[in-house]
Amino acid sequence: MEWPGLYNYWIVIFLMMAGLYIVMARANLIKKMVGLSIFQVSVFVFYLTMGKVSGGTAPIVIDGDPVYSNPLPHVLILTAIVVGVATLALGLALIVRIKESYGTIEEDDIEKQETDA
Amino acid sequence: MVLTVLLIIRLHNLFAIVMLSGIFSLLAATFFVVVDGVDVAFTEAAVGAGISTVLMLGALMLCGRTEKIPDRKTVLPLLVAVVTGAALVYGTLDMPYYGDPEAPIHQHVAPRYINDSLAETSVPNMVTAVLASYRGYDTLGEVAVIFTAGIGVLVLLSRIKLGRRKEDEDAA
Repeated sequence: MEWPGLYNYWIVIFLMMAGLYIVMARANLIKKMVGLSIFQVSVFVFYLTMGKVSGGTAPIVIDGDPVYSNPLPHVLILTAIVVGVATLALGLALIVRIKESYGTIEEDDIEKQETDA
Repeated sequence: MVLTVLLIIRLHNLFAIVMLSGIFSLLAATFFVVVDGVDVAFTEAAVGAGISTVLMLGALMLCGRTEKIPDRKTVLPLLVAVVTGAALVYGTLDMPYYGDPEAPIHQHVAPRYINDSLAETSVPNMVTAVLASYRGYDTLGEVAVIFTAGIGVLVLLSRIKLGRRKEDEDAA
């Protein structure tokens, strides 16, 4: 198998699972948001590696007869990055509100307060 | 990139984690340049490494900067992640190789945009042509999403200040 073959997908899968693990295993809400953004970036990497053509160049018209990489994944991911930052901002605002109401951003402590109340 | 992610998993100092996630975004941006996504790299460097980090730091300022060392069990999440990852790796065995020009993604609509977009929109950058011209309505929808998120953040954060003001009035 010629390098990199399928390795790009395996790196993406590692990043994605690392993000998923942080979201599931860590109780701190801000760390969960970091995990979520790692997951998102892994999806961006996945799309862009699919759009790459070997020997290709960026999809901006130049003279001659070059090979262009696929522009469509780039368009999709541009939109996704911006929507991702909107989600992040909203999530962080919610976390600030939670901190205001419960005095903590650790999920376990919040659960404890809920069951005690 | 893999190294920064491992560090993010291990560390408990949230300030270091946020800084590392900024570095992670910057590394992702350089990677995007390598795979020819120059527009995406710009956006990731500005938005992912810039604005996101600022937002996270702002949230840290309000919420404290160290994570409590978790006492919960992490075996089950690890197991779920490993099993899902293994299933996905199995799924990639049928995928086209990196950079393969014969891959299905390059066969269907992409050649049309690559060949005709300059004549139809006279924008040399194909990404811009598709984003702003062919799929302009989608971009409008994206603006609506950002607007909604902005309104949501304002509503959520303005209630904090109102609540404080009410408490002040009650105290007075």
